[in-house]
Amino acid sequence: MTEHRDYHGAKMGMWLFLFTEVLLFGGLFVLFSVTFGRFPQEFHEASQLLDVTMGTTNTVVLITSSLFAALAVTALQKGDRRLAEIFIGLTVLLACCFLVIKYFEWTHKFHVGIYPGSAAIADWAPGKQAFFSLYYTMTGLHGLHVVIGMAVFGWVWMQIRVEKCTPEYFVALENAGLYWHLVDLIWIYLFPLYYLIT
Amino acid sequence: MNEQTRHHGPGYGVFVGIWGALMALTAVTVWVAGVDLGFLNVVVALSVASVKASLVVFIFMHLKYENLTLKLMVLTAFVILAIFIGLTFFDTAYR
Repeated sequence: MTEHRDYHGAKMGMWLFLFTEVLLFGGLFVLFSVTFGRFPQEFHEASQLLDVTMGTTNTVVLITSSLFAALAVTALQKGDRRLAEIFIGLTVLLACCFLVIKYFEWTHKFHVGIYPGSAAIADWAPGKQAFFSLYYTMTGLHGLHVVIGMAVFGWVWMQIRVEKCTPEYFVALENAGLYWHLVDLIWIYLFPLYYLIT
Repeated sequence: MNEQTRHHGPGYGVFVGIWGALMALTAVTVWVAGVDLGFLNVVVALSVASVKASLVVFIFMHLKYENLTLKLMVLTAFVILAIFIGLTFFDTAYR
């Protein structure tokens, strides 16, 4: 019995899903830019409270994980399952690093009382408060995508193990990679907007 | 080689090269942020981000190697996003 397979349809479906993600984050980016336009000085002050070193480290970590995701697809296409599994492992490992750094960043902010609704920021100018509301919403939603991406890679890794995802039919890995690159893509814009535009 | 495996993306070397370029652009954007250019800082930061995004979309996401249908689909999605952002500022910028 031959299984029905539609490689191009599967990939196009993934891209269609990614468009909905672009619009989801796109809406938040519009909200960010409109608020930034209204409170440039407050955004300038609030942005300086973020740690550029941690933000830059996370950018390097995420771009490198994206490289491993891309290499995993190539390895499987070339028929090297073992190498593909190693690359997937490295992608997930770096995703973990990203979340750990994010955890330290957030807990430090919480520790000094910077979070939406905290007593410490109640006296701040509205624009400065809005900056942190947007910061937690957007990096939080992005972080959720990182967690989902890790779960998807875990599932694909299992699919390779049970030989459902093979060098002849690798679309599951390719789609997981597409999702991961989108997560990377969103961070590429989040990083300069929050950490660098001061 | 069947129909599915014919659409190969680039090899390892190309990906590592693109990663190097992304690292270099990250360094550039962090460095430029330390130079006071006024409003131009925003323009430069977003331009560098867009160059990085293009490298990710075309190479890592294999768009460069896809057929015209998929390329047009992606273009349409980003044009819609641009209209969405443009119309918002058409409203908020003139208040």
